[in-house]
Amino acid sequence: MPDNVANSPLLEVDDLRTTFTIPTGDVKAVRGVSFTLDRGRTLGIVGESGSGKTVLARSIMRLNLGTNVTTTGTAAFDGNDVLTRSPSEMRQLWGSEMAMVFQDPMTSLNPLVRVQRQVTEHLCRHLNLNRSEARQAAVDLLREVRIPDPDTRLRSFPHELSGGMRQRVCIAVALACEPSLLFADEPTTALDVTVQHQILNLLSREQADREMAMVLVTHDLGVVAGRTDDTMVMYAGTVAEYAPTVSLFADMRHPYSEALMRSIPLTSFPSHTRLAAITGRPPDLIDPPTGCAFSPRCPYVQDHCVNEAPPLVEIDDPAHRLACWTPVGSPEALTAFEKNLAAGLPQAVAVDVSTTWSPTGGVDG
Amino acid sequence: MAGTGKAHLRPGDDVLVTVEDLVVEFPVGRGRTVKAVSGISFDIRSGETLGLVGESGCGKSTSGRAIIQLPRPTSGSVTFRGVDLADLSDEEIRQRRTHIQMIFQDPISSLNPRRTVGDIVAEPLRVWGPSDASEQEAIVDRMLDSVGVDPDTARDKRPHEFSGGQCQRISIARSLVMLTNRGNLHRSRRRSRSSSRSRGRGRGRLLICDEPVSSLDVSVQAQILNLLEDLKAGYGLTMMFIAHDLAVVKNISDRVAVMYLGKLCEVADPDTLYAEAAHPYTDLLLGSVPEPDPTVEIDEGLIEDGELPSPSNPPSGCRFRTRCERVTDLCSSEEPQMRAVGDDHFVACHHPLAAVAG
Amino acid sequence: MPWVTRFCASWLIVIVAAAVFADLIPGLADPNYQGFLFGDGATNEGPGLSHFLGTDNNSRDILARIVYGARVSLTVALAAVFMGVVFGGFFGSLVGFVRGKTDSTVMAVVDVILAFPGLVLLLTVVTLLGRRDLVVIATVIGFLSIPPYTRVARANALSISRREFVTAARAIGTKKRTILFREVIPNVLPTLLAYAMVNAAVIILLEGALAFLGLSVEPPTSSWGTMVNASRVDLQINVWPAIWPSLALVFTVYSLNNVGDWLRRLRSVRSAAL
Repeated sequence: MPDNVANSPLLEVDDLRTTFTIPTGDVKAVRGVSFTLDRGRTLGIVGESGSGKTVLARSIMRLNLGTNVTTTGTAAFDGNDVLTRSPSEMRQLWGSEMAMVFQDPMTSLNPLVRVQRQVTEHLCRHLNLNRSEARQAAVDLLREVRIPDPDTRLRSFPHELSGGMRQRVCIAVALACEPSLLFADEPTTALDVTVQHQILNLLSREQADREMAMVLVTHDLGVVAGRTDDTMVMYAGTVAEYAPTVSLFADMRHPYSEALMRSIPLTSFPSHTRLAAITGRPPDLIDPPTGCAFSPRCPYVQDHCVNEAPPLVEIDDPAHRLACWTPVGSPEALTAFEKNLAAGLPQAVAVDVSTTWSPTGGVDG
Repeated sequence: MAGTGKAHLRPGDDVLVTVEDLVVEFPVGRGRTVKAVSGISFDIRSGETLGLVGESGCGKSTSGRAIIQLPRPTSGSVTFRGVDLADLSDEEIRQRRTHIQMIFQDPISSLNPRRTVGDIVAEPLRVWGPSDASEQEAIVDRMLDSVGVDPDTARDKRPHEFSGGQCQRISIARSLVMLTNRGNLHRSRRRSRSSSRSRGRGRGRLLICDEPVSSLDVSVQAQILNLLEDLKAGYGLTMMFIAHDLAVVKNISDRVAVMYLGKLCEVADPDTLYAEAAHPYTDLLLGSVPEPDPTVEIDEGLIEDGELPSPSNPPSGCRFRTRCERVTDLCSSEEPQMRAVGDDHFVACHHPLAAVAG
Repeated sequence: MPWVTRFCASWLIVIVAAAVFADLIPGLADPNYQGFLFGDGATNEGPGLSHFLGTDNNSRDILARIVYGARVSLTVALAAVFMGVVFGGFFGSLVGFVRGKTDSTVMAVVDVILAFPGLVLLLTVVTLLGRRDLVVIATVIGFLSIPPYTRVARANALSISRREFVTAARAIGTKKRTILFREVIPNVLPTLLAYAMVNAAVIILLEGALAFLGLSVEPPTSSWGTMVNASRVDLQINVWPAIWPSLALVFTVYSLNNVGDWLRRLRSVRSAAL
């Protein structure tokens, strides 16, 4: 990924908050997220369901328009805040500046419309091409995403294509008008692992060729590891940890990032490795806790954590930011853990008996 | 690769299930059928966990359901505790349901949304006894407890009030109630003497897990995997674990079988399989798994659409040959048979990767 | 519950209670008492103190006729819904669950009934029996209502039978008939009932239309449809006999639709939470 010499970041998000109003209450899906993304760089956003990662991406893309959704904060795309724009203004941006690839290729394509029209629709509108020019452009695009026999494929309906091919078509549609920012929301979750590998490679290559910025949203730490410049770990609508990917994986300081890492089985682990499971469940976003959202599940929890939510601050390395009172590996964390284990706190006990976890962090097992 | 070839089958008294030449066909309209499983064989020893791994369309889920006879396989034998289930009538199979149970991928869909959890978990007792209501309640409470769900709060709630992970636990509890039930009519003479204690109550019983953690959050997956390991050890169960996630399968299995397009590719113990994969497909799978380690090199060249051939018209000879780098003429003319390439390591390939007889 | 739906539900409760307990309502006139024959009251009176809603062209109290007329409309609707839910629901669920030859046979029969001209059947039956009895009419309409319910039930049962909890029930060794009654039908019922509410509204309107064609109950029994029909005679001098039963029809039909919609939304909110 080329390191771009840009005057200003392409995307600058500041304290973005999104709330959904439903009959039972207000769901605070995103609770104050800030980050920047430079041109040509890739940001990975990692989180589980309920972390707010998808809502965040959609809020920036302004796809969350509805009477029951409120988004506050700023998201400056190329210097201009998009959060205040109307849908008709956004239509200028969608496709030509900002594009999105979604999780389920089955439902992202209109089942009743042939592939050709779905790809050329954009082209005609944004680039003012006539029909034959658009068709040729579509063929080229399909070829670029490595769909075999693109001329014939244009006439297909989505259900005639496999999942991987459909996703390639979605990528072609997203890239058709050469956006400078691409959001990929769990683009490979619904696909087989071999296809996932191909699609991720395709996205990386397209991004490099087009010098496009990309936000890769996923729940899979493996997916972000090799393919992003920076990674942001989200939990319960807030940012837990935000660092360059290499630094993050080398030194995970947030208990949640670390807990997540220790709970996934790796092919390098021997068979029957006892995994360090995270106890409990993510919090209710209608009534989120006042302190740190991860505290009920954190092996290092202290009273301070429950009472006050930690701010996102830099630690050691200015690029590595963390929201935690007891970062992994710190002396406070160690003492806290001993105390919790002695008190028999379930989350401490659960990780202690596993073979993948150690109180000082780092890889084990 | 071929599913024929039973070199990897193990003789012996301690084998609980033996599947031979399993074929499962589905009608696809206009009189045509497609073979989801095209003649595979495998076995599971008592107390063992067999991991069956493959991508979508390989027939792994269908194989699991064929063992439980829902639906009944088109041909082939499923020998459970010495009896071929294909020879039995529907009613005779029903009588054996306490010995083979299944948990499914979608935890919420596995539970009837209109019934309470207590009711759902007690259902097996209604069918198989004991009929005493307080005894039933005690069993249900104990099972819910053993899967980590508080019986007092859960009993009167409906499935939609629970998370995916909890629903999966409830499904497991229901299966356990079946598998530890001693009230069915056909008792094997080899029943464990420890029937009065909970340890080993599940001995000789099979739990098939069909992608049980695939739709759960990552943090919950580990909880369920640990739970399954604990329950298996505690009750002496035998397990078959079907999944597409290689790391998950490796973690929980004692033996792993890899499937592709209705056939078996490779069978071995997990550590050997993952370290020294002999089949090119296994190697491809392992190479595609994204490692959460930025220093690991990724093969970024692989972008081409190496798509799955259609199951209704599979390639001749070895089915993987259309995506294999090592393909030769032999691969299209002759279906490879399972053969040993190492100690308890079998592969169906004409040109396996391991530097052994090939 | 939104206040409109509250209002509608109250109306339904009131009208049903009134129809059931009509005889017990204090001060309610005799719907068939033609006062003017005895010098007691006039025909075509507007709303007033002695007759709250006025009288029709035979000096019968409109309010009383509406209350007793509700019996007819609601009975016909109830018959249709009952037969639909019970027979249509059962057969639909059964064939959706077992499929195969039973499915094709039953659905063929259903298609025949559906294709049958209902009016012709009604006319035939009425002619053969020589009278237009409430029971007869309710039964025929009920019978003709079964096909749509069967289809709705079948469609639901088809998708429910595919759900894994049904497979799990088989895996537990539960007998198929138990599965049908314990797992499938309870899940089909909510959709069916929501459909029933809306269907009831349609049936009530249908009765009204039949009355116009002279195919509903015989006088002096009143139904809302026959009341509107009868009001045509003196419409130019008195519109009230047309308005009141029409309003009753409109309110009831609207309320059924509204409450049915609300029930449907309620159920889908819960399913969406899954």
